[in-house]
Amino acid sequence: MSATIPLIDIYVMGKQYMVPETLTIIEAMEYAGYHFKRGCGCRAGFCGACATVYRMAGDFELKVGLACQTKVEPGMYLTQIPFFPGRKANFDLEEIKPSVADFAQLYPEVFRCLGCSSCTKVCPQDIDVMQCIASIQQGDFTRAADISFDCVMCGLCVSRCPVHIVQYNAALTARRLYSRHIAPPSSQLKRRNEELKAGDFEAGIQELMKADKERLQELYNSRDIE
Amino acid sequence: MAYTAQLKELVKIVEKTRPSRVGVDHPRMTPEERQEVLERFHPDFIDEGFRRIRVGVDKGSRLPQQMADIFESRSRLDGVELDLSKSDYEVDVLVIGGGGAGAAAALEAHGGGASVMIATKLRFGDANTMMAQGGIQAAVKANDRPDIHYLDIMGGGRFENIPELVRAAVLDAPQVIAWLEKLGAMFDKDEQGNMLAIHGGGTSRKRMHAARDYTGAEIMRTLRDEAYNREIKVVEFCPAVELLLDAKGRAAGAVLFNLETEEYLIARAKTVIIATGGSGRLHFQDFPTSNHYGATADGLILGYRAGAKTIYADSVQYHPTGGAYPPQLLGLLVTEKTRGLGATPLNVKGEQFVFHLETRDVESSAIIRECQERKLGVPLPTGVPAVWLDSPLIEIIHGEGTIERQLPAMLRQFARFDVDIRKDPMLIYPTLHYQNGGLLIDEHARSTVENLYVAGEAAGGIHGRNRLMGNSLLDILVFGRRAGRDAAAASREVTPGPVSLEHVQSYQRELEEAGITGDRVSPLLLPHYTHR
Ligand SMILES: Cc1cc2nc3c(=O)[nH]c(=O)nc-3n(C[C@H](O)[C@H](O)[C@H](O)COP(=O)(O)OP(=O)(O)OC[C@H]3O[C@@H](n4cnc5c(N)ncnc54)[C@H](O)[C@@H]3O)c2cc1C
Ligand code: FES
Repeated sequence: MSATIPLIDIYVMGKQYMVPETLTIIEAMEYAGYHFKRGCGCRAGFCGACATVYRMAGDFELKVGLACQTKVEPGMYLTQIPFFPGRKANFDLEEIKPSVADFAQLYPEVFRCLGCSSCTKVCPQDIDVMQCIASIQQGDFTRAADISFDCVMCGLCVSRCPVHIVQYNAALTARRLYSRHIAPPSSQLKRRNEELKAGDFEAGIQELMKADKERLQELYNSRDIE
Repeated sequence: MAYTAQLKELVKIVEKTRPSRVGVDHPRMTPEERQEVLERFHPDFIDEGFRRIRVGVDKGSRLPQQMADIFESRSRLDGVELDLSKSDYEVDVLVIGGGGAGAAAALEAHGGGASVMIATKLRFGDANTMMAQGGIQAAVKANDRPDIHYLDIMGGGRFENIPELVRAAVLDAPQVIAWLEKLGAMFDKDEQGNMLAIHGGGTSRKRMHAARDYTGAEIMRTLRDEAYNREIKVVEFCPAVELLLDAKGRAAGAVLFNLETEEYLIARAKTVIIATGGSGRLHFQDFPTSNHYGATADGLILGYRAGAKTIYADSVQYHPTGGAYPPQLLGLLVTEKTRGLGATPLNVKGEQFVFHLETRDVESSAIIRECQERKLGVPLPTGVPAVWLDSPLIEIIHGEGTIERQLPAMLRQFARFDVDIRKDPMLIYPTLHYQNGGLLIDEHARSTVENLYVAGEAAGGIHGRNRLMGNSLLDILVFGRRAGRDAAAASREVTPGPVSLEHVQSYQRELEEAGITGDRVSPLLLPHYTHR
């Protein structure tokens, strides 16, 4: 890191540190001397390990973000929420149906949603979490699955929900229900697996396995490309 | 971190040459040109980046320096008093690593009637699997066949792949997709339910199956959810630091390290599966990486100390398009689809210097050459090398709105740091992406040590010296499942006895005899960054 980058002050759990202004929150904490165990996973915005809550000096509004995808700013007061004790309901996907009744057995709290929209406001992935919950309430699992698809399960929504809904687990259940029971299964895939079971491709592969490198190269270079 | 005034000036040059580049294809390299650029610039050919390992079963074989360091290090247990007669966990099958391979192995071992435990370093699912965007290959469509897939994999791997492993991968592939479909993974499908399939680098048929641009995440969160449903025991933040062997030298458990309390725990098992993934965080030759925080090659050294052989451990994949600027995106993957849609690499003069869809190794080498030898890289305030990737071309070729529709994750990621990739070109440089080799396995995912299995990126041989896009997500599930099934069956034949760390002590003696001393310990577990 070049020495000319200006330093700014941030406050990690209330303690002041001077850090280069170009760093992400994760990097800034490392610069300050933290060696992460929790709160750091993919470092690229995909895993949701690094949920962070912060506030800017002089402002009352609480903001949130993924620490690996948010640049530090002067006067940032922050802490990570590396774990949140959200409940997961266990189920047998073959047994349950995409119905409001079955869903209510698993996650009754979903039907107590107040419509406050705290979850949507807090989502670092810009998902309309409340609409996803509303879709589940209406039994529209297709829509719930579509809306929630980009969820990285960081847990920030859960931390703000006044009626204790675990949105990310409910949404995941909705997506699995949709994919297993609503989206039609692939008939191509079924056919291919029947062919495989009958051993249809064994001979072709055996032949390639026996071929030497020159022969394989020849076949490879002359293969037709879709 | 929008572009600086100086970069904005340079963007103007790109804008100036853009009209003359639209619709003009840069010539592809001849086979000779490819070979030349690889041999002169691909990091795998840079000899200073490697050395020969001086101890262990593969003594004399070539390893990247940083991996050789790991292999030539003390055990973390050196000097630690442990009572090996006690046990904190006792299971039939111990799975080390909670990524895609580990989750698949655990589910299948559980299905095979074994008691299973997953011990993992970070959270379950904090893994490279979670980060895969592009897709997973399987020969499903009517115009495709497993033997065509076989030939593609062999050609991609320069015909150095182990045939039995490739056979297993292509024959299991459609079953793996059906398994995921049944578990409720949300693949992209048409109205009839048939899966949408596209090309990937080196495929001769469209067989890349995707879940939008979150394919790995979708697979990971589905398998993890199912593991929880089946109440499989998961111990997080407890990496394995050494394997345990029984009196016959067979794998019989592992010593775990509770990262939070810093105590060592003994996990005994009848069979053990290593599924610890790759090594990007070792930063070979100082490259940035696209990998997750825990990709530190731990499983390789655990297995190696226990006597497991490696294969192609000196073969590394560098993805041509890692982020270079803004600095917050350094090393992060810019998906191959960006070039697939027509974005081209350009030098500081706004000229294209390589066809944009060469194979990953060739494309990376050409970018390195442009910066190192020709000195035509784009100068960055951070001092790291870079070239342009002209993303606005995509909107010109395919129409406005294409980027938002086709590359939403990329658009979001750059927008977070104030770069609009629809208007301004991206800045990229090759990034350390994938470990092509690993611990040697057979078609049942057995290593060369009895009762020790290896699956996923930690294993080697399937992809030869070059993996094609979409075949890794495939292989982790194929061999994860195979490992789980075989390990569960094999565990029934095992009568547990005393365990020891004798192999670790004898490895240490070998190090000392080779004159290798010092305080370096491995596995690394977590990289240590200071950004100073
Ligand atoms: C950004 C990115 C994009 C990719 N895109 C694609 C793609 O489109 N298609 C494709 O096929 N492939 C892709 N790949 C490659 C593919 O995702 C990985 O190779 C694959 O997912 C590896 O799976 P795995 O289970 O072997 O390892 P991982 O998923 O990395 O899991 C390994 C697990 O082991 C844990 N672990 C590590 N050390 C220890 C220890 N000592 N003890 C206990 N646990 C430990 C880790 O924390 C992690 O949870 C991509 C990779 C990356 C990084
Ligand atoms: S570390 Fe994975 S989302 Fe930030």
